[in-house]
Amino acid sequence: MLKALFHGQLQLGLAQAAAAALAALVIVIMAGRRGIHLEKDLAIAMVRGLVQIVAVGSILLLLLRGPSWTSVFLLTAMIVAAGATSAKRAKGMPGAFEVSTWAIACGAGLMIAIMTLLGVIDTPITSLVPIGSMMIANAMNTNGLALNRFRSDVLAHVGEIETALALGADGKTSVSPYVQVSFEASLIPAIDSLRSLGIVWIPGLMAGMLLSGARPVYAAIYQFVLLAMIFASSGLTSLVSTLLIRSRVMTPADQLILRPGQ
Amino acid sequence: MLVADASFGVLKGETVAIVGPSGSGKSSLLRLLNRLDEPTSGTVYLDGTDYRLMAPRELRCRIGMVMQRPFLFPGTVADNLQFGPRQRGAELSTRVVEDLLAGVLLGGFETRNVANLSGGEAQRVSFARALANSPEALLLDEPTSALDEEAKREVETVIQGIGQRQGVACVLVTHDAGQAARLGQRVMLLESGRIVRSGLASEVLRA
Repeated sequence: MLKALFHGQLQLGLAQAAAAALAALVIVIMAGRRGIHLEKDLAIAMVRGLVQIVAVGSILLLLLRGPSWTSVFLLTAMIVAAGATSAKRAKGMPGAFEVSTWAIACGAGLMIAIMTLLGVIDTPITSLVPIGSMMIANAMNTNGLALNRFRSDVLAHVGEIETALALGADGKTSVSPYVQVSFEASLIPAIDSLRSLGIVWIPGLMAGMLLSGARPVYAAIYQFVLLAMIFASSGLTSLVSTLLIRSRVMTPADQLILRPGQ
Repeated sequence: MLVADASFGVLKGETVAIVGPSGSGKSSLLRLLNRLDEPTSGTVYLDGTDYRLMAPRELRCRIGMVMQRPFLFPGTVADNLQFGPRQRGAELSTRVVEDLLAGVLLGGFETRNVANLSGGEAQRVSFARALANSPEALLLDEPTSALDEEAKREVETVIQGIGQRQGVACVLVTHDAGQAARLGQRVMLLESGRIVRSGLASEVLRA
């Protein structure tokens, strides 16, 4: 219907965005009637999301013909932004930003570099940046989940941790059960995505490849490749971040820093 | 400042009870003694050595602690007793485990799963676990406040045995004046983080 009314691609895009936003608005109104007020949060999030993605689209448009090192610059900036975003999930944890940024750089950054060198990811900016950003975004989510779980588990088990310390255990041993649980829990979404691939969802990349005329079997295989890379980079990120954070919650004299009310 | 101006000594085999109202800094004082918290000034001497010169892990083996709740680790009673020694690569013999359990009136409990213990039994296991490191001193943070009367009496019997038979110095924090009088050879009254009275139980608690 919209296609009959709007002929230019930009106008059509804006009309499609308005239709999708209208659907979200209806949900907000329904929620509002039940006393759940999301209006302000959603309005801000939507405007912000639209402005951000349009801005990035415009920047990509400018950078398309740029030299290939621009992708390195863009991906590095994304890693730092991802570190800052997921550090917010770890309120009160000392050094959360540094830990998150290092973990995402090691996990996603290293995996992007290896896969690019192997030729699994193409080097042109148009494929390296979008695929790299997917890996960084998923690493960010996994890192946020890991830190959030670690923080709440440590706060819920201060007695057990300090009992272990009081019995002569070192700081790392005392928090190790919670490191393990946080690592496992953070990977649940990535594992579930792999497990349900093709049955529950056909992800965006495959849809995009099919729309642009790729052969379905290659599109399907590449989708698996992407999810496997996402799993590897998320797993490595979570491993690095949980290992780094465990020494940040202790003083050099093995005293627990992260305690309720501090 | 949670604790200030608290200067005292504890002798081998002696039990010193610290009493005081809630929020007076009793537990904070205890946490400074095994360096779970860092003193901003002042220090603790163990056998004449400044404890800041010792590795925290060694210090905490030498000064054990029993908390208000037992916080047992999942597994058997024997696993819990082995926890401390295993941190330094040692293993308790079956005989030592039996002796430790007999000392807390839990003979034959080695293979019991800690999930099936009563509150009093669990707390006594936590005493045996702290003693498994052969500490020179033991810090007891309200160890009976979460127990019923019967379990409380059993734990008190265990505490008396630790001081008398094993020569371990005990520092007991309690809000219960009667318990302080029963167990402490000396009693200190703490108010707003300061020791306001110290001496024999009969003198301090009567005033």
